[in-house]
Amino acid sequence: MTYVANTTADQQAMLEAIGVEAVETLFNVVPEAARFPRLNLPRPLSEMEALAELARMAEANVDAHHYLWFLGAGAYNHFVPSVVPQLQMRSEFYTAYTPYQPEASQGTLQAIFEYQSMLAELTGMAVVNASHYDGATALAEAAIMSVNAARGNRPKILVSPNVHPQYREVMRTYLQGTPFTVTGDENPAHDLDALKEMLDEKTACLIVQSPNFFGELEAVDRLAEAVHAAGALFIMHIDPISLGLFKPPSHYGADIVTGEGQSLGNNLNFGGPYLGIFATTQKLIRKMPGRVVGQTTDTNGRRGYVLTLSTREQHIRREKATSNICTNQGLVALGAAIYLAAMGKQGLRRVAELCYHKAHYTAAEIDKLNGYAVINQRPFFKEFVVRCPKPALKIAQQLNQQKILPGYVLSRRFPDRPHDLLVCVTEMNSKAQIDRLVTALSEAA
Amino acid sequence: MKLDAKAKYQDTHEWARREGDLIVVGITDFAQESLSDVVFVELPEVGAVLEKGEIFGVVESVKAASDLYIPMSGEIVETNVTLEDEPELVNSDPFGEGWMIKLQPSDPKQWDDLLSGDEYEQVAQAEE
Repeated sequence: MTYVANTTADQQAMLEAIGVEAVETLFNVVPEAARFPRLNLPRPLSEMEALAELARMAEANVDAHHYLWFLGAGAYNHFVPSVVPQLQMRSEFYTAYTPYQPEASQGTLQAIFEYQSMLAELTGMAVVNASHYDGATALAEAAIMSVNAARGNRPKILVSPNVHPQYREVMRTYLQGTPFTVTGDENPAHDLDALKEMLDEKTACLIVQSPNFFGELEAVDRLAEAVHAAGALFIMHIDPISLGLFKPPSHYGADIVTGEGQSLGNNLNFGGPYLGIFATTQKLIRKMPGRVVGQTTDTNGRRGYVLTLSTREQHIRREKATSNICTNQGLVALGAAIYLAAMGKQGLRRVAELCYHKAHYTAAEIDKLNGYAVINQRPFFKEFVVRCPKPALKIAQQLNQQKILPGYVLSRRFPDRPHDLLVCVTEMNSKAQIDRLVTALSEAA
Repeated sequence: MKLDAKAKYQDTHEWARREGDLIVVGITDFAQESLSDVVFVELPEVGAVLEKGEIFGVVESVKAASDLYIPMSGEIVETNVTLEDEPELVNSDPFGEGWMIKLQPSDPKQWDDLLSGDEYEQVAQAEE
């Protein structure tokens, strides 16, 4: 798409057309004091000085290149093949805006279509949207969609306490000021059977994360039947990498599937931008928030891509739109598509296997240590909980001195679990690294 | 613009027609023309009770999605399920096969407040 300049002559012509003297006049409604306020900023820097300052600040950060990294809890240190950033950062993609005009956006539209297609195959679901802001917002949108699908007659949203605590917070933030309630996670001991007991005619959905926040695969087999019998929707939040190894959520009868897509070819990025995966069934497609790219043919029969079903969208029905913050993380979704294309079926399976086997080796080695125990009761994927002989925060601080991040200290979110550490192992952790972690834990006991 | 002599109208482009005790509702020929090709109609659940002016569904075309406003208060007793697979009936036969809901009116006097064909024609022409 060509860049259209806005010359002085253009501005003059526009001003004449609307009968205004100067551009400044258009800003008269803004109080003068607020128009060009004096900002108390330090002196401007040259590019050389600015880069040096930024480098100095970046050096102060701890990162996965310089530390042994066993930290997960929603943000994962997986390998990013160099083909991903190389293609992702092409200016045609990098500077593109929302592809409302298909005739000028075929590349962007096709990239999103490929992302949707691959995620549909991976999750086993009929339709995937163009993405959301991150995994947490995708899950909140799923909860809202389930309420809308029931036309507001089912105000209760049931969520497992094993869903990521921050995701549950985001969900509650989203639902502020609505008559809908989030419940089921008040008691950390609530298992799926207890949640099943809570299903009733007022329940819009049951939300389960698998692998859950503690790394365990939930017993979701046949759960959907109970949820559907109550007339509710079954929502599963997944780890896309785990789908290289385990049965897809469609197999368990999920109506809506969400996930955090950062793992797929995107770096940790200091916590963002991330990628909200959102998938659903053909039956619910019109209730789905966000946008969808479809494949069609033009008048000459040539293949082309367009935004489809967009009459429900915020730019057309602003006040009626299901979601007004369905930011499409196009560039991150593109990274995920390139990653999946580069890895292929076998590659993704290999990554998942490496995560699984390395995590289980690590867990077995830590479990042998005096005073340490792996307390997971169910099969886990790449994360597991270690009960330490003393407060996990103390142990983590000791290991930080040796440039090791041993995991997520659960007391940060669960004050009643001071001795528990959530350890994450991915394909990035070599055996030597794992052995160093085990030795350091042993010494810190 | 086609009109149905037996029907009464609403300025939001729905028509209502008496069928025994029931009221049949759809959208007008002018409305389907303005929308162009209808691709989807979302209808209420049978048994739902709505007040006059409440939204009973959504009609979606290739151009826009518009809410449907119920012309009289009452209970939905039937919906046109054929529209699920053949939404184009709204375009081809808006006053017949393209009907949307049948309702049992709770306040039959509301019929008198609806627009006549002539009054509606003026409303529609003003919008053209």
